[in-house]
Amino acid sequence: MGEWYWLPDYAWRFVEGIGVTLELLFIALFFGFLLAIPIGLVQVTGPKWLAAIARGFCTMIRGTPLLIQLWLLYYGLGSLFPYFPELRNSFLWPILREAFPYAAVAFIISVAAYEGHIMRGAFASVPKGELEAARSMGMGRFTVLRRIWLPRAIQNVLPTLAGEAVLTLKSVPLASTITIFDVFGVGGIVRQETYRIYEPLIFVGFIYLLITAVLVVLFRWLENRVPSANRA
Amino acid sequence: MIDVTFFANIYELMSEWGPNFWRGLLASLQIAFGGYLLGLLIGVSGAIGKIYGGPVLKWVLEIYTTLIRAVPELVLILLLFYAGTQLLAQGLAALGYERVTISGLAAGIVVLGIVQGAYSTEVMRGAILAIPKGEVEAGAAFGMGSFKIFRRIMIPAMLPLALPGLSNLWLIITKDTALLAVVGYEELALVTRQAAGATRYYLEAYLVAGAIYLLVTLISMKLFNLAENRVTRGRKSLASGGA
Repeated sequence: MGEWYWLPDYAWRFVEGIGVTLELLFIALFFGFLLAIPIGLVQVTGPKWLAAIARGFCTMIRGTPLLIQLWLLYYGLGSLFPYFPELRNSFLWPILREAFPYAAVAFIISVAAYEGHIMRGAFASVPKGELEAARSMGMGRFTVLRRIWLPRAIQNVLPTLAGEAVLTLKSVPLASTITIFDVFGVGGIVRQETYRIYEPLIFVGFIYLLITAVLVVLFRWLENRVPSANRA
Repeated sequence: MIDVTFFANIYELMSEWGPNFWRGLLASLQIAFGGYLLGLLIGVSGAIGKIYGGPVLKWVLEIYTTLIRAVPELVLILLLFYAGTQLLAQGLAALGYERVTISGLAAGIVVLGIVQGAYSTEVMRGAILAIPKGEVEAGAAFGMGSFKIFRRIMIPAMLPLALPGLSNLWLIITKDTALLAVVGYEELALVTRQAAGATRYYLEAYLVAGAIYLLVTLISMKLFNLAENRVTRGRKSLASGGA
């Protein structure tokens, strides 16, 4: 079953890699979902022009490969920034020189678009009667959103969001193409330094299986905490 | 940032690299199309195996779909690309054939097809399970053979349910072809990278590539919508609320 002598030497780097992968994943999911809520909401209830912008954003991001978006941000925008001397002297410069912020922004935008699309359907699927009932109880528009509309919407699409989280996890290796050493990137280092092709890849695949399993269990737990009409 | 020079740059980029972008797009579409068809083939067989197969076959298929759907495409592509081409070359050498080089196109199609097959299997399984048993039995009662039942009853019953999933898979594979840039296959994403590096018009090159991918997506969506309208004709409820 292959040669694994290299594993102890690189164990710590893999641990660091897992850390980077999880960090990117959680940043993307958290901020992406925060953005997805208004993006979904304005498509259901917002003014026409705002709904059109949100829909256009979702179509554009969902219609192009994440790899191209990542390269566009990192190589494209990143190549422009040095031309602005104000930026070079500002406190932002050390951040703009790193690769991680570009990856984080690219993944956040991607999650926002995919989950924004999901949330649009979720908001639309909440029965109108429930919202009207809440309004007639004297709740303000924001209270209705916080207490009724958003929780009911999320409850409807939790399994879909779980699937989306796994898809996001699986796209994190793309970050290694812009010099970020996530788990996959560490696997690449091992491949280059030991000339072993398959073992590091299989190991990375195995780690991914574990992380995916944990994510699935986590979302299952979340789903069980949310009361559902479908279960007794 | 976006002014006259921006458009002048794009013009310069396209007059120099336009044909390369075009070839890259063709390569991407070829792989996407081949991989999609292979994925469908695997999907239909996999779904039939998962529903009607014995316990061992079911178990093997379950492992296949679970593994493929849990491991990143990039890992699978590297594994299958390197391992697959090497195994095949060794196998052919052992059989006494000359050293053969496996074309990147064939390898790309097989790799993406195997990945798509796992997702396809699930889509087709859902659609097959939704075929009303009574209609199949009615077909048999009329004396139709199994192939005729498949063509006349099962496919028309499946398509309205399978099409949204199938259209999604097509949109995914057109974008997944970009991953082959990482293993050095010259499709649209890699061509873009080369053009960007050579001309130093990074932003412009990636924007052009994005626009091309977006166009492919929009045209595909339009075509799939037309197809969906066709297969759901006469089923008002599905056509309006199903997708």
